[in-house]
Amino acid sequence: MPIFVDRRLNPKDKSLGNRQRFLKRAREELKRSIRDRIRTGKIADVDSEHAVSMPARGTGEPSFSDAKDSGRRQHILPGNKHFAPGDRVPKPGQGGGGSSPGKTASEDEFRFVLSREEVLDLFFEDLELPDMVKLNLKEILSFKPRRAGFAATGSPTNINVGRTMRNSHGRRIALRRPKQEELDAIAKQLAILEAEPQSAAPARQRIAALREELERLERRRKRIAYVDPVDIRFNRFDAQPVPNANAVMFCLMDVSGSMGEREKDLAKRFFVLLHLFLKRRYDRTEIVFIRHTHEAQEVDEETFFYNTQSGGTVVSTALEEMHRIVAQRYPSNEWNIYAAQASDGDNFVTDSERCIGLMDGQIMRLCQYFAYVEIIDERESHIFGSTDNGTSLWRAYSVVNQRWPNFQMSRIANAADIYPVFRQLFARQPVLQKSA
Amino acid sequence: MAIQTSKSGQTSKFGQTSKPGQTSKSGQTSKSGLLFSGSDWDFKTLSRAYEAIEAIAIEELHLDIYPVQMEIISSQQMLDAYSSVGMPLMYRHWSFGKHFLYQELLYRKGGRGLAYELVINSNPCIVYLMEENTMALQALVTAHAALGHNHFFKNNHLFRQWTDASAILSYLDFAKGYIARCEERHGVAAVEAILDAAHALMEQGVFRYRRPPKLSSERQREGVRERLEYEERSYNDLWRTLPRSKDGTKASGTDLGIAERKKTLNLPEENLLYFLEKNSLVLEPWQREIIRIVRVVAQYFYPQRQTQVMNEGCATFVHYTLMNMLFDRGLISEGAMLEILRNHSNVIFQPGFDDPRFSGINPYALGLDMMQDIQRISTEPTAEDRDWFPDIAGNGNWRETLLDAWANHRDESFIRQYLSPALMRRWRFFVLADAASEPHYEVASIHNERGYEKIRAGLAQSYDIGASRPDIQVVDVDLLGDRQLRLEHKVKNGIMLEEASRDATLRHIRTLWGYEVSLAAIDAQTGGTLNERSTSQIGE
Repeated sequence: MPIFVDRRLNPKDKSLGNRQRFLKRAREELKRSIRDRIRTGKIADVDSEHAVSMPARGTGEPSFSDAKDSGRRQHILPGNKHFAPGDRVPKPGQGGGGSSPGKTASEDEFRFVLSREEVLDLFFEDLELPDMVKLNLKEILSFKPRRAGFAATGSPTNINVGRTMRNSHGRRIALRRPKQEELDAIAKQLAILEAEPQSAAPARQRIAALREELERLERRRKRIAYVDPVDIRFNRFDAQPVPNANAVMFCLMDVSGSMGEREKDLAKRFFVLLHLFLKRRYDRTEIVFIRHTHEAQEVDEETFFYNTQSGGTVVSTALEEMHRIVAQRYPSNEWNIYAAQASDGDNFVTDSERCIGLMDGQIMRLCQYFAYVEIIDERESHIFGSTDNGTSLWRAYSVVNQRWPNFQMSRIANAADIYPVFRQLFARQPVLQKSA
Repeated sequence: MAIQTSKSGQTSKFGQTSKPGQTSKSGQTSKSGLLFSGSDWDFKTLSRAYEAIEAIAIEELHLDIYPVQMEIISSQQMLDAYSSVGMPLMYRHWSFGKHFLYQELLYRKGGRGLAYELVINSNPCIVYLMEENTMALQALVTAHAALGHNHFFKNNHLFRQWTDASAILSYLDFAKGYIARCEERHGVAAVEAILDAAHALMEQGVFRYRRPPKLSSERQREGVRERLEYEERSYNDLWRTLPRSKDGTKASGTDLGIAERKKTLNLPEENLLYFLEKNSLVLEPWQREIIRIVRVVAQYFYPQRQTQVMNEGCATFVHYTLMNMLFDRGLISEGAMLEILRNHSNVIFQPGFDDPRFSGINPYALGLDMMQDIQRISTEPTAEDRDWFPDIAGNGNWRETLLDAWANHRDESFIRQYLSPALMRRWRFFVLADAASEPHYEVASIHNERGYEKIRAGLAQSYDIGASRPDIQVVDVDLLGDRQLRLEHKVKNGIMLEEASRDATLRHIRTLWGYEVSLAAIDAQTGGTLNERSTSQIGE
């Protein structure tokens, strides 16, 4: 009789640890390959599984092995059809392989699939929101209950039944509380004796004694409670402080008529990336979407990314809307506030001045970080490439840029720029540096 | 160790016809005398089948086995087992993750079916059965692994001599825990560096010909160390100025020194891992222990790699014979037998060398054919067989002949001893001489009177791991001088080492040794040095 063990219920993914080790080892190369892929493909694709080829560096397993192109050897093969000794067989084309010494493809040349989580992890590595926790918010604002042993007092909802009954049981044993079985046994004996018709003196005495015993036990049972208040235990909870890291990201996008399909597409891609990044890294971050033409409105995610709308361009409306929302919902002493704005840089003539005013006067004081991305024409990219010359909004923001270290601006001319610019804006920095 | 077929058997539905039989199964089977009917299995049926098979195996084939522990696993778990060299317990390493990805890919793409079973050389013998197998397949696999492999593990001299079946699982458990603790204490990267280097030397980490030499006792080594220290302290330059008595003595003196040095270090040493573990000057104790773990694992698998044809041949012969016996006794139905035969013939499929499916000689096919051939020779020999195998031809006792072969041979000696001309003709074997310098292969021998011996010797040679792996040994190291570790590669038939992997491996050795390492290629025949490569030439 063999021993049978059913292992099917054992925990799965026994080799998960090995997989993680392997991915860690191949990290740099995997990262590069994924970034290359996404730079050329669709940004939203990042949010899915990816097949990558086995990285060559860092994952080799060398050992001493014979060189195929040296020396003399013999192959013993089955299935000779017409060869006679001395026959010559041409070698198959260079590369060794071929029919005779049947070689299979090396194990190192294969592709495997990374899960969505692994892709995102690799993709967003080294990125973070700068200056995440406001210094003046380091004091603790919220608490989370955490289990911390047992207490003798508490509210009835927190009674720990197991503990309580254990105490009760121990106390009952210690104080020798009569058990129900003992009582039942005596009562049964009594019933038998009483049922007998003739009652002799010894029997009567016996009955009386039993009655007395029964009464004594019952009294004792009443005196010693089944569950006594001293038995009761409550689950104890400690309030554990949770450091405050409330963060909100404002996404401001220009959807006015001057933004062509291409510009809107690039801006949206940028925000898709930002959105993914925040969702992945900061699960408690709130995101506010504001789009604007000559007027601004807060919209939901779906509308922000997929709705079309058109009109003139007044950038300051978006800033005002943002300011309004901050004042209403996100008091700046409790929230880390971030903003990213994308626009083609066109603005209503006098509005840029107003923007400078708004930024200087209000927004930059509230914000931890403000990133401005300008979508420009590919042909313009080499004209504007390095100069401060540019659209009206660019020039206006250049002024802001010089005054505020927590303001960053950058230009995007084509899809391939998006990721580098994104990285540049959100690269993990020890201290936000700025050449003012 | 594992039956593998080209994507396949687990979906075969031979038993589908008997679906309604499930409810009335016990009634049916007891009436008809079948061990099982239908393709579904449960533990009761498995157990009944095992007992019937075991009884026949012991009674008819005289097999001698370890107690059996059968474990049912899912395909996911089978993949897990694959990637950790088939062991139920293994320490963690990234390379296992890599192999897992590879196996998983092959499996998903349909490139390869999973093994129906895996068997571990342990006591009790652990047999993994896949849950997807049909009952017929489970019976087949039980005969193959739980009896065939099990008997081989218990009786073959290599396994008896080199592996300790009862201790391997607890050792692996210790190894896993030890390496996990090292990772906690010293960091994953540090442990990985040692494991990487040790894995690179696994091929050179086994004793091929002898048990590890007895260690000189700690006190002895302490004595040697003290003496060296004393010499260092009492060094006096004046002694150098003393005139030599003769010129010759000096040379012989250093020769003597080298000989003595080699003797104390047990040089030359073929087991590089063992040498590094014992003599490296830079390793911490925990690093030595890790090398030792890798070495023990390598040594544990060494017999299995030397007995592929025999092991699989034995198991396949056993399952084929037992299944036929069961069928003859009316214990399994015709449907089940058909399914078994179909899987059996998948397993022993051997395409010719020019077939696109050819990927070397199938050990199942060669093994089974040789076992059956031995059976034929001992029961109905031809005149030729009497010439070639005078001691077994017609002895009529094929059971004992086979049991004896299984116990006392490894692939190389087994083929050298038992490959018959009849079988060579049937397989149409031929020898292809391949010289790297020539633009063509040359057919050296075919299955004719003049070729039999050559084919047999050539085939046996190709299964001799000792001969077919690069022969690399530690030959010298001057611990008091530059501490350069000198390795020697005996070049046979002009076959050099592949350069990129050689350099990478040398770098690994350098990690473990801590000082310079050099590898000289020495022609085995002439003794001339072909080239020399040292780590200083390689760079990081």
